[in-house]
Amino acid sequence: MSLLTPTIRPSVVARLNPVAKLAVALIVSCALLLSIDWVSAGVALLLEAGLLLWCGLSARQFWLRTAPVWIAAPMAAITTVLYGEDSGALLRQFGFISVTEGSAQLGLAIGLRVLAIGLPGIVLLATTDPTDLADGLAQVLRLPARFVLGGLAGLRLVGMFIEDWHSLTLARRARGVGDGGGPRGAARRFFGPAFSLLVISVRRGSKLATAMEARGFGSDEPRTWARPSRVRAADAVLVGIGFAIAGIAIGVAVWAETWSFILA
Amino acid sequence: MLDTPPFPAGHDAQIRAVQIQASDWGWRHAGRHNQAVSGLDLQVEPGERVLLLGASGAGKSTLVHALAGVLGDAEDGDETGSLLIDGRRAAEARGRVGLVLQDPDSQVVLARVGDDIAFGCENLAVPRAEIWPRVRQALTEVGLNLPLDHPTSSLSGGQKQRLALAGVLAMRPGLLLLDEPTANLDPDGVIEVRDAVVRSLDRSGATLVVIEHRVEVWQDVVDRVIVLDPAGGVLADGPTREILSRHGQRLAQAGVWVPALPPRFPTRSPIAAAETLLRAEGLAVGRVPFGRRAASIVAAGITLNLRAGTATVVTGPNGAGKSTLALTLAGLLKPAGGTLHASDTFAAGIVPEPHRWRSQQLLTRIGTVFQDPEHQFLAATVRDDLLIGPHALGLGQAEQTSRVDELMHRLRLDHLADANPFTLSGGEKRRMSVATVLATRPRLLVLDEPTFGQDSRTWQELVALLADLLDEGIALVAVTHDAQFVSALADEEYRFGMPDPIRLGAGAP
Repeated sequence: MSLLTPTIRPSVVARLNPVAKLAVALIVSCALLLSIDWVSAGVALLLEAGLLLWCGLSARQFWLRTAPVWIAAPMAAITTVLYGEDSGALLRQFGFISVTEGSAQLGLAIGLRVLAIGLPGIVLLATTDPTDLADGLAQVLRLPARFVLGGLAGLRLVGMFIEDWHSLTLARRARGVGDGGGPRGAARRFFGPAFSLLVISVRRGSKLATAMEARGFGSDEPRTWARPSRVRAADAVLVGIGFAIAGIAIGVAVWAETWSFILA
Repeated sequence: MLDTPPFPAGHDAQIRAVQIQASDWGWRHAGRHNQAVSGLDLQVEPGERVLLLGASGAGKSTLVHALAGVLGDAEDGDETGSLLIDGRRAAEARGRVGLVLQDPDSQVVLARVGDDIAFGCENLAVPRAEIWPRVRQALTEVGLNLPLDHPTSSLSGGQKQRLALAGVLAMRPGLLLLDEPTANLDPDGVIEVRDAVVRSLDRSGATLVVIEHRVEVWQDVVDRVIVLDPAGGVLADGPTREILSRHGQRLAQAGVWVPALPPRFPTRSPIAAAETLLRAEGLAVGRVPFGRRAASIVAAGITLNLRAGTATVVTGPNGAGKSTLALTLAGLLKPAGGTLHASDTFAAGIVPEPHRWRSQQLLTRIGTVFQDPEHQFLAATVRDDLLIGPHALGLGQAEQTSRVDELMHRLRLDHLADANPFTLSGGEKRRMSVATVLATRPRLLVLDEPTFGQDSRTWQELVALLADLLDEGIALVAVTHDAQFVSALADEEYRFGMPDPIRLGAGAP
């Protein structure tokens, strides 16, 4: 398995057009960014949870991929509870740190938000092949092929960074500058190979660009697409579900009178 | 490979071979003082197969890039005269020309085999229904028996080059350009790629221009040799045999591997009672994958002795773990099992396990020449880079300078002292990477494919230098695919898949 050819289990979600998935993630994110309250985020998260069961990831894959969000959410929540803007009754006081009803509510709202925005984003991307995404962006959204395919080809070089970095650090050890020197030495050991890596990557990138140009890429002539990217009824349903989640989340929050429009 | 070709014999009716016509053509890269090519007059008829030779810097790659239309426009350089493909400017002959370059890794565009081959067809706006049959045909033609969704990242170097060839063939070019397509490949990969090219040309009848300094690979395939003159224009042009016999000596001096004139092997004077410096016993080697703790073992049960004044070569198929073994012997990777111990005199007062030595302690003991010289360059000029080792050892200023000056002289790097290592030619980079290691006078040298892609001149210099070092009592271990290197230097061979090291040459009982 690799970054560019992920093993994706055949599932309903895997067959959907990546552009539709991207649209859903964006719709839900935008709706949740309009207000900071715990009800809208909580409702959205609850509705999403039902969908995530269908995503085709195994339990292990799911937890592994989404681990960063599960770590980030409580961190963001706790930080807000401790240092967020105080309002309402004082619940606890630790020195100059005060926890109030307002800051606790804000913390909950932030934590739930990180989950409600992060989880679907990661899960939808984990079930998307980068090549399919590029096809969708170029054919469905009509983004310029030069930009989309250039980015996709560049992504392939990322895998080589790790290989190069490994060789560069070994080479520094072999050349007598691999250890010692205290914190300044450590900084040199990071920035030295980082610069070499940059040089090597730029050169490889320009060679790749030449190879692509030699195969007719980058002209202004029209091109065809070997892999069609189609938008089907299921994709429309998915986008509809996205709007529904956003609508219900906002609706419930307004009804519960927790909705606070950030621009208001 | 298939037993019966799925294509009809004879030439493909859809492909029209290309004619090349250069009249007083020249090119100067923007920002450079000297012409890359100048005063070039030549004509190549449709269907001809041409081997393009010339010394390093004669402008072979520039010509091939110009024919492929990838040299760029007035911003990238100044063009003089005319270079025509079927009577049109080369830059306008889009889709008529296919180019395969040297580096297998920087030509793969997409993540899957089928998509990568289809890429060129898409750019030429070939209708979708026609693309996939072309992709399948190209895949069979180059002998890659792989499913279309096979990930390109898992291909070997030879397979990647055949993939690049397939991507070009699917575009049905009338001119196939190859710029040292096999320089970075092991011997099996070289033959695979060469045969795939011949198969496709026999079918398509396209014109071929190939740059390659290993003449024996292509001499039976091409019918004409053109030698470019570094001073401008053409030095020699004619039938393969005639040019090779008439100009062989001159070509060999320019670094071309002329089969009739193999490079001289150095004479060795082996030292008596060679002392063991490093001993591997039941050694297992492996790398720790990114984000993991335990090494995944690639080779195990390796037992060998590295002795002073003795050259040991490590050979075997790709992926057998040769490079990993070299890095482990060099004290850069921790052994995944077994033992690797330095003798008391070699360790000279520190622990016997090389991987536990500090970076600076390695310098006088083990020097490593990496497969890719660029990985070991650290400074902005050749001189500063060579000074890094002696400086890390804490040598006196005078000693540092005298060592580096002597090395630059010995390895013909004097005139490059202030050049950036990254801007050197392939041969210069190799000499430089060896110099950086020798500057600290290690007793054991570890080299990973030191002769890969080198011209015959650099090869001969490198082998002579290593022979001198061996006679001085340095121990040497080299990972290599190069049979000539093995014949020239090896005293012992450790071949992967064989139980014990093989004694060769002077070291044989």
